[in-house]
Amino acid sequence: MNKAYPTEELLRISGVNPNKCMKCGKCSATCPAYDEMEYHPHQFVSMVNSGDIEPLMNSESIFKCLSCFACVDRCPRGVEPAKLIEAVRIAVVRKQGNNHLLADDVPNMLDDEIPQQAIVSAFRKYSK
Amino acid sequence: MKLSYFPGCTLKNKAKSLDIYARKSSELFGITLEEIDNWQCCGGVYSTAKNDVATKLASVRALKQAYEKGQALVTVCSACHNVIKQTNHLMKNDTAIAKKIDRYINDGSMYTGQAQVYHYLEMLRDIVGFDEIRKKVVNPLNGKKIGAYYGCLLLRPSSVMQMDNPENPTIMEELISALGGQSIIYANRNECCGGYIAMESGELARKKSNQVIENAKKAGAEMIITACPLCRYNLIKNGSDIPVVYFTELLAQALGIKGDTNE
Repeated sequence: MNKAYPTEELLRISGVNPNKCMKCGKCSATCPAYDEMEYHPHQFVSMVNSGDIEPLMNSESIFKCLSCFACVDRCPRGVEPAKLIEAVRIAVVRKQGNNHLLADDVPNMLDDEIPQQAIVSAFRKYSK
Repeated sequence: MKLSYFPGCTLKNKAKSLDIYARKSSELFGITLEEIDNWQCCGGVYSTAKNDVATKLASVRALKQAYEKGQALVTVCSACHNVIKQTNHLMKNDTAIAKKIDRYINDGSMYTGQAQVYHYLEMLRDIVGFDEIRKKVVNPLNGKKIGAYYGCLLLRPSSVMQMDNPENPTIMEELISALGGQSIIYANRNECCGGYIAMESGELARKKSNQVIENAKKAGAEMIITACPLCRYNLIKNGSDIPVVYFTELLAQALGIKGDTNE
């Protein structure tokens, strides 16, 4: 169980001001991983804002973000939810023993054609 | 003209044709791409976290080297371009992080985002010019219907990337038309293929990639071009029955320095 990281730290690391959010839902509407997420981009914004951080830190949702920047670009208020998801994910994987992807897992994920780019990207997002 | 060049890890391995035909084609326009000495992998994805400093170092080293040689830095891989361009923007606009990174690099001069970064497509548009390219075409594509697949990384975040209109881009369509092809506009051309999720959820990558393929085919595309090795992998892996090729292969084919790209 990951204990909640302080809200002000997440806001500092992400640079996000959740108070700008007008709750239009466009971030979640445009998210390619929406169906896979327990908590959606707009919920990251509202839950961090209200200090409800522990559920986010213990949800697989943080590993579903594809870093496509769609929510960042399409937010009419410049809130940039993906930066908040990144901050929560980093707060989780930085803790000892919390890496989501281990080097030993990788050989089973490969086929002959998979580009190096996929492997380094997954490591950067899932492990520290 | 000489420009600095950052190939990146995948272009040295699974995506060699993205690299080779970029270099060969640029020579035809009088541009030599000089590979950055001892470049290091960009990491594939940009970390937006303000306390994630070490992941920026590889990009900064490449940018700094280009700047010190007085050259612009050219990238071809969408992912490298995204990471390097976003890092450059950060160095220019966040003095606190630029200072931290300077303490790591520690070579006497602080880098603050002075280098100019071009994606190869921007180099074609802004340095060579599509009209010049049109003049050099010897094997025109004869109206072949081609869907440009931008994906995410070339265009977003648009305030930083500034390549094109993020929702209605034209740069690859203009290239297709300069090469004698017919560009096919389809809704999913700037939506995600699933990216690195292919590593742990083939199912999600399949869903996202199929949407792109089906959407492009429905609009009439007979071929898809991309600048991203991972987009290409995902589309092919998930059963595209139309060819998915690198834009540099198509360019080299039209310029007469490569055979047919249909296979």
